[in-house]
Amino acid sequence: MESMASAAIFYGVAALVLGSALYVVVGKNLVHSAFALVAAFFGVAVFYVYLGADFLAGAQVLIYVGGILTLLLFGVMLTNRIYNLNLRSGAIQVVPGALSAGLVFALLVWIIQSVDWGAMDVGDPGPTSESIGRLLMGDYLLPFEIASVLLLIALMGAAMLVRRRGGSS
Amino acid sequence: MITRFRQIEMRLMGPLTMIPIVLCLVVLGTIAALPVVATILSELVADFVPAGLQRLTIVVLGTAGFVGILALNPIYSIWLERKVAAHVQDRLGPMRVGWHGLLQSFADGMKLLFKEDLVPRDADRLLFGAAPMLAVASAFAAFAIVPWGVREDGTVLAVANLNIGVLYFIAITSLGALSVLMAGWGSNNKYALYGGMRAAAQMVSYEIPTAILVLVVVAQVGSLSIPDIVNAQAGGILGVGDWLVFQLFPLNLIAFVLFFICGLAETNRTPFDIPEAESELVAGFHTEYSGMRFAFFFLAEYGNMLLVSMLAALLFLGGWIGPFGSNPLLFFIKGFGLVVVQMWLRWTLPRLRVDQLMGICWKYVIPISFFLLVVTTVIKGLL
Repeated sequence: MESMASAAIFYGVAALVLGSALYVVVGKNLVHSAFALVAAFFGVAVFYVYLGADFLAGAQVLIYVGGILTLLLFGVMLTNRIYNLNLRSGAIQVVPGALSAGLVFALLVWIIQSVDWGAMDVGDPGPTSESIGRLLMGDYLLPFEIASVLLLIALMGAAMLVRRRGGSS
Repeated sequence: MITRFRQIEMRLMGPLTMIPIVLCLVVLGTIAALPVVATILSELVADFVPAGLQRLTIVVLGTAGFVGILALNPIYSIWLERKVAAHVQDRLGPMRVGWHGLLQSFADGMKLLFKEDLVPRDADRLLFGAAPMLAVASAFAAFAIVPWGVREDGTVLAVANLNIGVLYFIAITSLGALSVLMAGWGSNNKYALYGGMRAAAQMVSYEIPTAILVLVVVAQVGSLSIPDIVNAQAGGILGVGDWLVFQLFPLNLIAFVLFFICGLAETNRTPFDIPEAESELVAGFHTEYSGMRFAFFFLAEYGNMLLVSMLAALLFLGGWIGPFGSNPLLFFIKGFGLVVVQMWLRWTLPRLRVDQLMGICWKYVIPISFFLLVVTTVIKGLL
């Protein structure tokens, strides 16, 4: 009974993620698309919970929904004449698009087929935050630091770009 | 004539006044007896519910319990807020409807229920309708991880005892900013949009120091789980001495005050209520809302107030631990006491300007919280 309920929630969320992701691509209203992206990100967080990655789920909501999307919405809403904007989302270059999409799809199917999913079912997963912390501060310290330096450079670059040219402030 | 009205009113209101008082006593009694109630309920569930559904039933029951408390919360909180406001301003506040106006909020709630649900002609109907729901959902969802106490065998009384509890809290409260943006945009009103933008900017900015101050606590306790954080504060003089506010004096005291300030800012309460500054923006993001949708925003606001107060009580004031042993009621009193402090501040302090608000956040609160994080971590490492 509980497994049925959890399966129902899983497929419901999957439909939500796919539907809202599709809307982000084909939607005519930019703000609606941005909010549809919220649903997609949130649904992905639910999948993380299903995989037992509790820390990752929390971080997904915190960073993508709370941070990135809010900034994205700011960008969208502060754009000039957003109300009358006529978004073009027609199809151009159908053949190359279909080709690359098909290739990616085939690749994904191949990967999904080649993984032994039965081995992944390990029951109730334990806390993950401690091991993630140890890995980030131990084995993967260098990539972690490089990512932080990259973010710092992006931050400084943004500050450079918005600075008034020749201004003393 | 007036006295005749008054007599009829009194005759009607006398017995009705008992309703909120009895309701309040029932809720407080249930909270005080929560460990016992939970034990009885879980035994009943174990006896009468089929095995596959037991966990689900307990979660649903717990959710129903805290949703009930959250639905009643604004009724009492708004009455209290009006009373606090009135007494701060040397007035009496609501006095007519029931004993000292106790039924006023019930009457207002009924009025809101029957009000016409207006939607502006050019509004974005989808977002306009979704915003109040998202506001309430984000406010209520965060309560899932609030632990109310422990049973004698150490079981935590919470709907969901996550071991990433504080991370979940920070993540879910960030959804509130989205609902405000949604309402501001959906209303298609310049004041609403200004209010929404201000609110979102404010919430996003103050999320940073909130997260860092939570990290100050997490670094000292060494756990992201809220029950673990509370249990680390047990003991000490009178059961009070080991509360986190009193540890590493005065570092944690500063952290607590800053956390409370950030909580005020995240719930958009005065002195941080520029998103709805009525002298500038009519009513900010909820300018166009009326009736039940407006009530939903109020439900969310009072829910958020209680949430940040309860979180402050859990992280810094020892949660359910106090001088008289441990009890969920003690935790509730601490949480609600901080709500009263929020109201008191609202009617005492003037509103900040937008630039002052951002200045406080980025120039003072964030650097101080980083300093606290570094210093407490170093001290903790040396000890």
